Amino acid sequence: ADCPSRRASRGGRPSSGRAVPLQMSRARADEEEYWHSSKFRAFTFDDEDDELSQLKESKRAVNSLRDIVDDDDDDLEKVSWSGEPVGSISWSIKETASSSSSLEGRDTSQQKGSSSYAALPKQVSSYSLSSLFKGEVPHMSFSDTGVKNYAPELRRPKAEYKDYSNDWSPRDTVRRMQRGKVCSLERFRSLQDKLVLLDEAVAGHDGNVITAVLIFLKRTLRREVLFRELEVRQVALCHLIHFLKETGEQKLLLDLLRFLDRTEEVALSQYREHLNIQDVEKKREFLKGCIGLPFSAEDISHIQDHYTLLERQIIIEANDRHLAMAGQSEIFRKYPRKASILNMPLVTTLFYSCFYHYTEAEPLLAMNWLGYTKKKAPIGFHRVVEILQRNNAPVQVLQEYVRLVEDVETRLNLATKYKCHDVVIDTYRDLKDRIQLMAYKCKVERGSAEEEKINSLLSNMQIRWKN
Amino acid sequence: MAAHLSSGRVNLTALREAGRRELREFLDKCAGSKAIVWDEYLTGPFGLIAQYSLLKEHEVEKMFTLKPGRLPQADVRNIIFFVRPRLELMDIITDNVRREDRGRSPQRDFHILFVPRRSLLCEQWLKEQGVLGSFIHREQYSLDLIPFDGDLLSMESESAFKECYLENDQTSLYHAAKGLMTLQALYGTIPQIFGKGDCARHVANMMIRMKREFPGSQNSIFPVFDTLLLLDRNVDLLTPLATQLTYEGLIDEIYGIQNTYVKLPPEKFAPKKQGEGGKDLPTEPKKLQLNSAEELYAEIRDKNFNAVGSVLSKKAKIISAAFEERHHAKTVGEIKQFVSQLPHMQAARSSLANHTSIAELIKDITTVSCYCIGFYSFPTASEDFFDNLTVEQEFMSGIDTDKVNNYIEDCIAQKHSLIKILRLVCLQSVCNNGLKQKVLDHYKREILQTYGYEHILTLNNLEKAGLLKLQTGGRNNYPTIRKTLRLWMDDVNEQNPNDISYVYSGYAPLSVRLAQLLARPGWRSIEEVLKMLPGPHFEERQQLPTGLQKKRQHGENRVTLVFFLGGVTYAEIAALRFLSQMEDGGTEYVIATTKLINGTTWIKSLMEKLEPAPF
Repeated sequence: ADCPSRRASRGGRPSSGRAVPLQMSRARADEEEYWHSSKFRAFTFDDEDDELSQLKESKRAVNSLRDIVDDDDDDLEKVSWSGEPVGSISWSIKETASSSSSLEGRDTSQQKGSSSYAALPKQVSSYSLSSLFKGEVPHMSFSDTGVKNYAPELRRPKAEYKDYSNDWSPRDTVRRMQRGKVCSLERFRSLQDKLVLLDEAVAGHDGNVITAVLIFLKRTLRREVLFRELEVRQVALCHLIHFLKETGEQKLLLDLLRFLDRTEEVALSQYREHLNIQDVEKKREFLKGCIGLPFSAEDISHIQDHYTLLERQIIIEANDRHLAMAGQSEIFRKYPRKASILNMPLVTTLFYSCFYHYTEAEPLLAMNWLGYTKKKAPIGFHRVVEILQRNNAPVQVLQEYVRLVEDVETRLNLATKYKCHDVVIDTYRDLKDRIQLMAYKCKVERGSAEEEKINSLLSNMQIRWKN
Repeated sequence: MAAHLSSGRVNLTALREAGRRELREFLDKCAGSKAIVWDEYLTGPFGLIAQYSLLKEHEVEKMFTLKPGRLPQADVRNIIFFVRPRLELMDIITDNVRREDRGRSPQRDFHILFVPRRSLLCEQWLKEQGVLGSFIHREQYSLDLIPFDGDLLSMESESAFKECYLENDQTSLYHAAKGLMTLQALYGTIPQIFGKGDCARHVANMMIRMKREFPGSQNSIFPVFDTLLLLDRNVDLLTPLATQLTYEGLIDEIYGIQNTYVKLPPEKFAPKKQGEGGKDLPTEPKKLQLNSAEELYAEIRDKNFNAVGSVLSKKAKIISAAFEERHHAKTVGEIKQFVSQLPHMQAARSSLANHTSIAELIKDITTVSCYCIGFYSFPTASEDFFDNLTVEQEFMSGIDTDKVNNYIEDCIAQKHSLIKILRLVCLQSVCNNGLKQKVLDHYKREILQTYGYEHILTLNNLEKAGLLKLQTGGRNNYPTIRKTLRLWMDDVNEQNPNDISYVYSGYAPLSVRLAQLLARPGWRSIEEVLKMLPGPHFEERQQLPTGLQKKRQHGENRVTLVFFLGGVTYAEIAALRFLSQMEDGGTEYVIATTKLINGTTWIKSLMEKLEPAPF
């Protein structure tokens, strides 16, 4: 699987600033020729004539010319340091806003800082467009609006857009709506009329109009009728589904999908809701409920795993939070937890458990919990080692996992690199490699337990050394 | 200011001018002094149409960013909201209006300008909040196609691909058709329409219908475009997934270009004045505008990055020599001449300094400069760039696409960015016409275990969009497509290219190959392959009045507008520009799209939003 080009990049090429060809070619026997043929141009500036370094010199030279040319009063476009041309719209927003004489007291902080709308807490799901049309009062999502229940119609509109003419045909109505005019749809009373209107809207392809008509139908038709008619009108159906998703009308959406027998979508759509649940106990219960949903065969096992994972995490979290607070566990004192393990991915959880729970009677307890046997981690043990090392895990922890790396050469490499002497020694013993073992003796401390161990092995007459 | 828009074959200044006119007309409707409250997303695109000076001429005195709370105390007659038709923005506006002090005098009038369309939903929403009546003018500003450069137009509609291919919502196609009608009103009816894909078919249908329904749109303008080519993005899912290797493409891949601007790490850019030297290095990102108004950029942006260094180096020599000239200027006349050239030289110098710095930044990432010998050392950014590229190129040339890839596994193990993983896995899937069940399952499991099970929703979206799929029928037709369309070229010349494949150092973008083959020898020669790609291919003709039919001068190039429905990459644009410039190519291209994309922004638009929206 290792292609020649990658191998070459790692080992076969000199180590400084050498060119690497962009153009890869398929595996071929004459690898050497491939690398040395001039046909493949390097993806860098030429080696012999390093233009970039020349360029840097030129740049220095060119920069030094600044002194003789003052660029203050030329008539080039003026650009602020941030690159915004002075006078551009975004530049001007900052300028005119900051020169604005007085900003309202409590809003000042928002006005300055970030320009995003982060200040406004907003759950998408709080929009229920349908409530509009049922005449309910929608909840405002602003936390800081105390005086808001009275809608101030600040002024009578000077221009009223409504068109009072009542005899527009469905086609004309749709066209007028496409041109941005507001038309009353109320006079389309019969089912027949409504469907003609819908078909006209669909034929116009303007989603804005299609959605407006759909909302009208949704409000004025019985659900079964609406579903039945949409089933034979796929474009309109897609718009309604999209609209229900956007506005978070989950219940109606699920009913519709069920009616259409789109069971996998029902399942996924329902599963999606777990993202909105903050409380982990509730989330766990919810995920448990998801297991019975009609997912595809491939997906169902993942959903099951998701549930199991969260269930384990809740146990681990409760246990570890307690340990960390009690302050008696050395590892938690030495390496305080940065975050809770709840809702972390499986692999992260695994690393976490390896790290904090290596001392426990069963070092791979966590993995067993997560349904993996000792022999077969879901990920290579060399990766566990790698991550643990990166997190400054103590050598005893590393050793536990280095020992589990299956490939002998990899295991030796890792053990040597991270000074897991015991593992190195045991591995050479198993390989019956006396010479290597003797050579390793100089790597361990004089008079240490490791040295003693090597000595005793070397003098052990029972071992049939291969060299 | 907009000279670069008129440099191409089609003068796009006219389109910009039409946009400015519409804006002025709206502003003049609201008599008296004004403040504009901006949906921040819109300031970028608007910046390509108008500067603050235009607004100021029409009594715009203040500008603010839209945010909840009380509106600032600007002493103006009118407050105008410039917003996209989105419910969450309507909430903010509602809050602003409700907090307006009714006792203040004089009172301020409110208006809304919806961009690009008025939305009945939003107005209904405002009505239910009881504030709709507070707005005197509610209008739309159809910013459908925004001129980005002399040969480039974009609708900057982020969600177009997702809406078309995931939600089956064709609203963005409707806007595309409307944009094309506007173009035809300005540049004449386009006599020939070709297309490939379902969306292309839809847009062509809508255009024909709109033309029929509004006979007034019959115009008497001599047609500037000879041909329109409509291409669905899902006809070529492969190209955006690969890493672009042109200068502009790499800038976009690494730093992201937005509305022609890029933000760069400031370290490599010298402080503005040497006199101020010794001061702290700037910490704010350096923002640069990138378009053909800058001569040097126009020359290098479409080159393979590999060929950029030598150009920059040559330019440095030339400009140094030009400055040296001052020593030879002896007479007053010579000195005067030298001084008169200074502004131009000065601009060239700063442009060169900027691009040298950008090239250095990119080179740091793309070039392997040292090797890690240790078995488990972490790869440097450049090493990883190279490994990633190697795998992409293997896939595109058809090597080992049917089994689990080691590099992808390693990247997952090291928890590289999920988008990167998805780009690679999707690329493999597309290059293998779908993955085998075992391979697909393996990748899915690895991704879910490492990044979280909730990403099953994103994987599902990718499957729906066809980016990730199961190989059905056990047949992989990608090799046939690759060979017939010559998508993989072994002998690519990055310095002096003779084929479009230079933009990906070997891979010729499928979409552009289709455009190239349409021009010569015509699609009839590739019927079989066209059938393997999704959606219908078609040709339509629009009748022109006899007086407007073109009599081509000998040697005159045809002009083709290529419209990418669902997005286009800078590398594809570069490839089309390369074809435009080819001697006896015979065709010049203008490019339009719903959105300028790269693999990262594209995949991101398809990912399930896992956190509630921040507002």
